[in-house]
Amino acid sequence: MTVSTLVVAEHEGGFVKPSSLSALAAAEAIGKDNNMVSLLLGGSGPGLHKAAEHAASSHPLVSEVLVADSDAFAHPLAEPWAELLRSVQQKGGYSHVIASSTSFGKNLLPRAAALLDVSPVTDVTSISEPRVFVRPIYAGNALCTVRYTGEDPCMMSIRSTSFSPTEAMSETKVAPISQVDLSFLSEGSSGKSAWVNLKSQETERPDLANARVVVTGGRGLKSAENFKLLEQLAEKLGAAVGATRAAVDAGFVPNELQVGQTGKIVAPELYMAFGVSGAIQHLAGMRDSKVIVAVNKDADAPIFQVADYGIVADLFEVLDELLKKLPDKK
Amino acid sequence: MKILVAVKRVVDYAVKVRVRPDRTGVETASVKMSMNPFCEIAVEEALRLREAGAASEVVAATVGPAQSADTLRTALAMGADRAVHVLHDPKPSHPLLPLTVAKILRALALQENPGLVILGKQAIDDDCNQTGQMLAGLLNWPQGTFASKVILDKEKATVEREVDGGIETICLDLPAVITTDLRLNQPRYATLPNIMKAKSKVIKKVTPEDLNVDIRSDMEVVEVTEPSKRKAGVILSSVDELIDKLRNEARVL
Repeated sequence: MTVSTLVVAEHEGGFVKPSSLSALAAAEAIGKDNNMVSLLLGGSGPGLHKAAEHAASSHPLVSEVLVADSDAFAHPLAEPWAELLRSVQQKGGYSHVIASSTSFGKNLLPRAAALLDVSPVTDVTSISEPRVFVRPIYAGNALCTVRYTGEDPCMMSIRSTSFSPTEAMSETKVAPISQVDLSFLSEGSSGKSAWVNLKSQETERPDLANARVVVTGGRGLKSAENFKLLEQLAEKLGAAVGATRAAVDAGFVPNELQVGQTGKIVAPELYMAFGVSGAIQHLAGMRDSKVIVAVNKDADAPIFQVADYGIVADLFEVLDELLKKLPDKK
Repeated sequence: MKILVAVKRVVDYAVKVRVRPDRTGVETASVKMSMNPFCEIAVEEALRLREAGAASEVVAATVGPAQSADTLRTALAMGADRAVHVLHDPKPSHPLLPLTVAKILRALALQENPGLVILGKQAIDDDCNQTGQMLAGLLNWPQGTFASKVILDKEKATVEREVDGGIETICLDLPAVITTDLRLNQPRYATLPNIMKAKSKVIKKVTPEDLNVDIRSDMEVVEVTEPSKRKAGVILSSVDELIDKLRNEARVL
């Protein structure tokens, strides 16, 4: 079976984002042979063209990089992006379209799928055949294997923690870069939305979704002030800081740190949960972590059922001791 | 202006679901069902917009089997003015797909002519996170997904969205589709008098055929399984022991 895949990629600072490299790994899982992968990048300015060069040598399967250079794609607005995706799909006739389940991918892919009149598959965690996928349902408490039986393209968003990006390849193969014809932009609904601004927390810590170590606080942290202790621990471990819904709702930390069914999905090597009870919705976001540590004074907290190592104690005492005993990060 | 709100009946969020032994799905018989939490937030937001004078009528709609009428009654008890029930009882092997729901909602939107459609950002059973975006695409309306704040004036909606990097603000021409995130509002409880009053409100029943929507099932459920269990962990008695285990047993430090 011949496969041709379009990967919708995100970029930042002149590089393809790690989550999009995971989408390339998913393209590889669909088929290594006879799989021509095209990678679509949009935006404007020098960062886009630098990212296109990065994309061109990002994976051995990438056979073409398509660049949509327009101010219309400078911000992640679903309306112009969905029309871009429809237009590129109609020209390229791809059998598969893949994006990562980031807020960008989740916003864009279903809209584009509706324009193409096909049903996408959300949050694929495993690919067993080119049209057979596994995805979590019910907050990860069940795994559903589905077979897509509809028309081309088979569209999916993938869970990036389930597909490890291939190591950067050598310079031997560089895919050609071409510009996308943007004449479709004059029609359509592109003018109906406008981007105003993005408020983000500047942080020097690793990105939560890709961090090797994550330390998370729940309601047990009691205050925003106390979260600083977690940040100190994160500093020592080179970790990202996460939070439960309760901690976000209480205003301890901003919402983009929320881990769970409706927040971010993480699967780090080490996940340390302080004052986290372990509600179904939180476990959905971290149960695939390699090693889970839980510190909670309630011995019956559900978090201990998934933890590899647990300490039943006052989290502040444990945090203090950890901060004293762990060496500073090299 | 009229607001159309889509709601879904799902297994209650607090229920620990069990996979059926025959692997065809999860156990839903004699399990507590409720309105999807994100849909409750959508209803609440529509009611607040009406109470603030930005909307004149709130219409709740659902697609589902006969029992889904309970979910519409809940929306009416919260304060929705009337409801539309699109009757459809899907087979477990071919569940109702978001694209079909979006086509049904498009047909309703074209009948009702709302200035705004509000949906939850995802249903907590299928976790698809697709219907709102698809509806917006089919209607060729702009979309404000994962909304944590909505400000409405006559022609525009300003929406703050919860995105990976923080909070993004966008401005949409009306009519538009908005999907709700958890932090948009705190849904109200229906009071007993309002529950009584809701019994006399109208639920119009229609079928997908009435709306000229084909139920197409492009997705076949092969099997539903339990996720792999994590092996039992150990309770440690000291921080020293923890550091030792992480360093020498798990080798993650």
